[in-house]
Amino acid sequence: MVTRPLSRLSEYSWQIDPHDGMRVPGIIYADHKLIDSMDDKVWEQLRNVACLPGIVQAAYAMPDAHWGYGFPIGGVAAFDPDQGGVISAGGVGFDISCGVRLLHTGLTNDELQPYKKILANELARAIPAGVGSSGSIRLTSREMDEMLTGGAHWAVKQGWGLDSDLSRIEECGCMEGADPAMVSERAKERQRNEMGTLGSGNHYLEVQQVTGIYDISIAQVFGLSCGEVVVSIHCGSRGLGHQIGTEYLQTMAISAVQHGIELPARDLACAPVNSDLGRQYLGAMRAGINCALANRQILTDMTRKVFQEVLPNSCLTLLYDVSHNTCKLEAHEVEGESRMLFVHRKGATRALGPGHPALDEDLKKTGQPVFIGGSMGTESYVLAGTMESQQRAFGSSCHGAGRAMSRHQAARLWHGRSVMKELESRGILVKSPSFRGLAEEAPGAYKDVSLVVEAAEHAGLSRKVARLEPIICIKG
Amino acid sequence: MHGRDSHVMKLPSWEHFHHESDVGVRGYGCTLTEAFEQASLAMIAVVTDPGRIESRKSVDISLSAPDDEFLLAGWLNHLIYEMSVTGLIFGKFQINLEDHSLQAKAWGEPVDKGKHQPAVELKGATLTELKVCQSHHGCWMAQCVVDV
Repeated sequence: MVTRPLSRLSEYSWQIDPHDGMRVPGIIYADHKLIDSMDDKVWEQLRNVACLPGIVQAAYAMPDAHWGYGFPIGGVAAFDPDQGGVISAGGVGFDISCGVRLLHTGLTNDELQPYKKILANELARAIPAGVGSSGSIRLTSREMDEMLTGGAHWAVKQGWGLDSDLSRIEECGCMEGADPAMVSERAKERQRNEMGTLGSGNHYLEVQQVTGIYDISIAQVFGLSCGEVVVSIHCGSRGLGHQIGTEYLQTMAISAVQHGIELPARDLACAPVNSDLGRQYLGAMRAGINCALANRQILTDMTRKVFQEVLPNSCLTLLYDVSHNTCKLEAHEVEGESRMLFVHRKGATRALGPGHPALDEDLKKTGQPVFIGGSMGTESYVLAGTMESQQRAFGSSCHGAGRAMSRHQAARLWHGRSVMKELESRGILVKSPSFRGLAEEAPGAYKDVSLVVEAAEHAGLSRKVARLEPIICIKG
Repeated sequence: MHGRDSHVMKLPSWEHFHHESDVGVRGYGCTLTEAFEQASLAMIAVVTDPGRIESRKSVDISLSAPDDEFLLAGWLNHLIYEMSVTGLIFGKFQINLEDHSLQAKAWGEPVDKGKHQPAVELKGATLTELKVCQSHHGCWMAQCVVDV
């Protein structure tokens, strides 16, 4: 529970007034219930972010904010390089560009049901998931660098996907400015066996059905209707991103003093954007984004092949691909002036409003799709960015439910086998190599995602479009 | 979860401490070296029961850092890297530590999903709650949060 001083700005926004070195206020978007369940550490971490050089307007926490490292998870902050602004490895996180993509299948739940078991088995067989899993793709050094420069573009060129996928991925599937030379050999080595792997923890591949529509006109543009089957893929930049985060976090923490930065906490490790280290990290982090985009693209191709084999009438098209852990250079209006800012989103989703030039023509009418994953037994949501979200938090929204308890507590409360059986009795097939992993990811270990989504909508961060419920869940 | 009796402090030992989204790992020892070894076991226990891991292969690791806290984070991150690229899971450690430098050996075996039931993948050891200190009783403690 947040017990530290907060001023209430509205029913869904709260402010930490600037004090003790804060350059800007901290703003938390949440309702009373979410604030009550939020850890004091969110308050502390947001206050620390507000102390960093060059921060603009405010440090923001989304409704799903929880205690992270460096930034809170669900933290958003923008920095002006011309005002000494920084780029922070702790503000991006280890799993660079971890994100979610949502695919239409062209199938209804009624059409899928007879094939549910075989589809679950085939997906579990085809998608490498969990600790000790290897992908079947091995890249040479040259191919690795091409992947890090090209992202999903590279993957499509290699045959993993369709050209039409690319316009439905942030940055059209390729983050410009990636510099593979700034990615260590160790990071590349860690990625050798991990292309086309899902990972573990809260990462998943879910087959879901649309069970509710809240905004008919946006849902129509998104192509979503009740009873339709969709696929969500949640994963990130795998070992490569983790290693980039590890190395730059340490280097930035050690060299902060040389850059004249007094870190309020070591895990807020950062460097001025306009410094050699800042530029090096930017090049490496952008390569990490491309790795995540390529990885989700390869997993999409694997998923398409399984669907094609089991349900030849299916047609998997990409609705959109969002990234959660990034720092991107974006134009934002601050006090009537357009400024180029480095926007950090740590466990937060970009949520561009209607008409934004980065969106393709169809999505310009609606705003960017935003996907909010629940836990494996609960619903997920599709939202859309709003004009308001541009003003509220640099065009950002929440990203998930957030944990309600630690993994340790969850493993003591549930057994993986019974979690699996309980979900099966509700019609949800779960495949995982680890029962302990399932216990730690039990639905009850997460907060109520619907509260988070309601708060995001009421705070003006995004608009609710559709609800999805799980049918099959592949976990690592 | 802990590797010691929660009522009687026996050294060396390890435990996990609360972090909302990730896991805190903590090792105690009569010496700094023991505390590092125990913190390593605590990190392995995030993935699987260290008692199930056989010492069939070994890896040598050496590194240095500006202080013992960065050394702990660096050491745990070296282990994560080695496990990631070799496919091994370590269950036993021997560390020689002096002046913020260490030479170490880690023993383990290839990950076996059936035998080890690995719960979650380790992404990295963070600088969050990173602390290495000695109590007034002389007991050493080494801890940080690992991202999973």
